[in-house]
Amino acid sequence: MTGDSTAFDFDALIHEDKVHRSLYTDPAIFDRELTRIFGGTWVYLAHESQIPEPDSFFRTRLGLRPIIMVRDGDGVIRALYNRCTHRGATVCRAKQGKATSFTCPYHGWTYMTNGKLIGVPWPEGYGHDQRQEDKFNLAQVPRVESYRGFIFGTLNMDAPALADHLGPVREPIDDWLDRNPGGKLVLSEANRMRFKGNWKLAYDNSADGYHVVFSHRSLLMMENRFAGEDPKGMSFYRQRPDSGPVRVYYFGNGHHFKDKRPTLADGPGAIWRIEGLHPGMEGYEAEIRERYGARADALLDLAGSIPMNINVFPNLLILGNHIQVLEPLSYNETATTWYGTAIVDDGDELDGAADLINALRMRTQEQFPLFGEVDDLTNFEEIQAGLGAEEDPWVYMDRGLGMPDRFTEKDGVISGPATDEVFMREYMKHYKALMVADPELTISRGGHDR
Amino acid sequence: MSAADRNPSNSSYYVTDDFYAKLVADFEGWDLDTRRIDDGPDYVRARSILLREARYLDQDRMRDWLALFSPECAYWIPGTRDRGDPRREIAFAFHDRRQLEDRVYRLETGYAWSQTPVSRTSRMITNIEVFGTDEPGVTMVRSNFQVTEYWNGQIRFWTGYSVHRLAPESDVEPGFGAILAKQVNLIDCDENHRNPSITL
Repeated sequence: MTGDSTAFDFDALIHEDKVHRSLYTDPAIFDRELTRIFGGTWVYLAHESQIPEPDSFFRTRLGLRPIIMVRDGDGVIRALYNRCTHRGATVCRAKQGKATSFTCPYHGWTYMTNGKLIGVPWPEGYGHDQRQEDKFNLAQVPRVESYRGFIFGTLNMDAPALADHLGPVREPIDDWLDRNPGGKLVLSEANRMRFKGNWKLAYDNSADGYHVVFSHRSLLMMENRFAGEDPKGMSFYRQRPDSGPVRVYYFGNGHHFKDKRPTLADGPGAIWRIEGLHPGMEGYEAEIRERYGARADALLDLAGSIPMNINVFPNLLILGNHIQVLEPLSYNETATTWYGTAIVDDGDELDGAADLINALRMRTQEQFPLFGEVDDLTNFEEIQAGLGAEEDPWVYMDRGLGMPDRFTEKDGVISGPATDEVFMREYMKHYKALMVADPELTISRGGHDR
Repeated sequence: MSAADRNPSNSSYYVTDDFYAKLVADFEGWDLDTRRIDDGPDYVRARSILLREARYLDQDRMRDWLALFSPECAYWIPGTRDRGDPRREIAFAFHDRRQLEDRVYRLETGYAWSQTPVSRTSRMITNIEVFGTDEPGVTMVRSNFQVTEYWNGQIRFWTGYSVHRLAPESDVEPGFGAILAKQVNLIDCDENHRNPSITL
């Protein structure tokens, strides 16, 4: 089912120091990504807080496949194909909500939330009973696994277990979660954007420390207009970032990470101190200090943006407190949704401070998408435009290449200075391996076999 | 810092839990037919302020636009159809006075690539209705808008309705500082938007 693997010469398109424009501009390569990557490897689908209880559902996509993420009546998380097995219409048209069944609006076929077909109008008109045949249950992603609330799926039965696939990227994800009460977060709506460009332009950017002072120049100026001697936000990059403690890491399997935490001062309050200026900061801070005294700094840090960029190939980008999800729409169009996150304090570890923290935390998350990401997205679109030049096909990513003193390698994890493009070079090797491979993609029909 | 020194252009003390609670309540259930003011000076004034605002934005007179807002204002573009509580969910945008000025400052740096060159806009403001409130002289104004944006060789549209909460008429320049709060309700607020960098 996977077609001719010799149609593309990926060795000619992906070199150590550069990649060919066609990775971003060729619709045929995009089509191939929809099976080899979005299907052939683990892909992020949803967060568990989007389907919090039995019968919750959330509509999404796996590549271009329409998917309903559900927690079925037994609480099992499933990724159902949103495609009636009769004539192919989508059976779920709401974005999210609760449902005990899905009825196709076209001819009324009805499915349980575990995908099982339970109703066919006027069944006496058929010479067989579809309800007894698995092939009429909704298709579903055969492997769905979660890691600490992040739900992934793959159609590749030969893929490793999710935990093994994630490997060392689990460590920063654990850190990112464990700073919050109960080690968990829930989604709290989103800043939703799209751009006319290939999805990899966003993935190339996600650990890129080189673009910051240029692409985000207006934001850096804005967030420091009152800062004086106490620089805010991303100011670290204004000096000589490669001499500083920020490192980029490559973890294998396409995952990479930019760790800016080493720039933080010691002790509680360090995250809050570098936070930009947002609505309500001074008032809420004063209230939290008055109520919580010595604990206030640690509490305020929970409202501040943790300086980490954790990128899980191919579509989950954890930046600051955001969960950014990339959705490829075509070779030259991508949706990028910046989900906000809120803390939940079920055990009341924070003595009632959670609501105050979240009120601040909502505001600290809106500024970058509105005043920073928009400039990146414009630059991505302008790359897509620039790559229209056929005779000038190469995109370079060789910053740091051939300079072994800049890197360390330990247990398979490669690390380099803040502005290095090593993360791009390494993820592109993984991308090439996936694009060359011919995995067998399968679906499950749930129902009787589960 | 004493309260008197607090300047909402460079600090944000006024956006408190009580402020949010009042804002959410003010923008809930205000559009009762029994409170509708069909014509008269309130209507004329509201229309004047809204049309001036649209003109300033179309003319890229951002500092004049800022002057229409009160010192302790709110500017709110909900990201969901039921608007939600901004203390618990991310908004498309939620600005206080300082962040409104941040927005203008960023555009003026010359390095805001999403607005280089600047979008050209043409705003239609229609269906203006004015509603009285429990606070003397304070009105809620509902209007429909369609903003046509020309950017990067393409025409596109931003459509929805706005709600302005207007302060009582003052003796100073008419309209100056009149907008206590503005809520912009896009019909596609929960959709993914391309380059959402113009000011609505």
